Amino acid sequence: MKKQNIQLLWGLLFGIVFGFLLQKGGVTKYDVIIGQLLLTDFTVVKIMLSAVITGMIGLQIMQHLGWIQLPSYAGSWGKNAIGGIIFGFGFALLGYCPGTLAGAVGNGFLDAATAGLSGILVGSGLLAIVYPRLKEGILVKGSFGNMTLPQLFKISNLSTTIILTIALVFILYLIEKLG
Amino acid sequence: MGWLTNVQWSPYVVGIGIGILSWFTWIISNKPIGCSTAFARSAGMIEKLFRRKKIDVRLYYQEVKPEVDWQWMLVLGIIIGALISALLSGDFRLQWIPLQWANSFGSTVIIRLIVAFAGGILLGFGARWADGCTSGHGISGTMLFSVASWISAICFFIGGIIMAQVLFTVLP
Repeated sequence: MKKQNIQLLWGLLFGIVFGFLLQKGGVTKYDVIIGQLLLTDFTVVKIMLSAVITGMIGLQIMQHLGWIQLPSYAGSWGKNAIGGIIFGFGFALLGYCPGTLAGAVGNGFLDAATAGLSGILVGSGLLAIVYPRLKEGILVKGSFGNMTLPQLFKISNLSTTIILTIALVFILYLIEKLG
Repeated sequence: MGWLTNVQWSPYVVGIGIGILSWFTWIISNKPIGCSTAFARSAGMIEKLFRRKKIDVRLYYQEVKPEVDWQWMLVLGIIIGALISALLSGDFRLQWIPLQWANSFGSTVIIRLIVAFAGGILLGFGARWADGCTSGHGISGTMLFSVASWISAICFFIGGIIMAQVLFTVLP
């Protein structure tokens, strides 16, 4: 089998594990996601933060050992803040995000499988239509290049990993304590 | 094997599992977990079906090719994985209206679908505007220390919390 096709199979396999975990976490459900946005159920944040802590520590070690080379992403206020807010509005109206929507489809939720899925496709298609008008304009407004947290705070990757781990664990502790 | 048939796991077990999964996507495929690009590629593939040729004229689809790639397969896998998990625990059910929605807005299917469709449009549009979603920015990008991803992730929740408040406390 061609190398490219093997990678497609890996993608499918990783997706199956991811979808399995999302469903077991309860985040394929509208009620859990809306509960997070209404700040009554912190399941989504608990899952995300523990994933970030675990992933970050492992990836930093593997990069240090020279096993992987991690990329950095370019961004701007116009792109990430405005796009993020638009996404957030849609997140609350739909009650799923793109990944959990796929999970919701697998869970049998028909609002996700019909209106939600077609909405995301239409929205993505609309962005593709207006993209040439945004690309050199709002999407680069307030650009900060491919800045990373270690560059921003002028600290090492190791310090960033330690500080973020402590900060995120502390947030999780507060959520458990106050929730 | 009771854990496989449990309806819900601890969010920390799930989160740590996703974190470990991301190690393997990087080692084996050199790719981050991310979902929204697959929807953009699909939109391109659908447009291609109707327009036959000339879709490549769109600048966006020159940068994001309308084809099945690793991430597209990942999203397909999510559907299958969630289905397996739900079937194993007896949590699979065909449902048009979520409970929390029904409590606030009643059980008229078409109203839920109209709002879900509108939400989907904003979600897809915003994800491609920001170049990432709750997975790509919210989990994968933040763990790579990307400032773009941290800003995006925080704004996802700012926008989401505002709209949820409008929907559930201001409107009714």
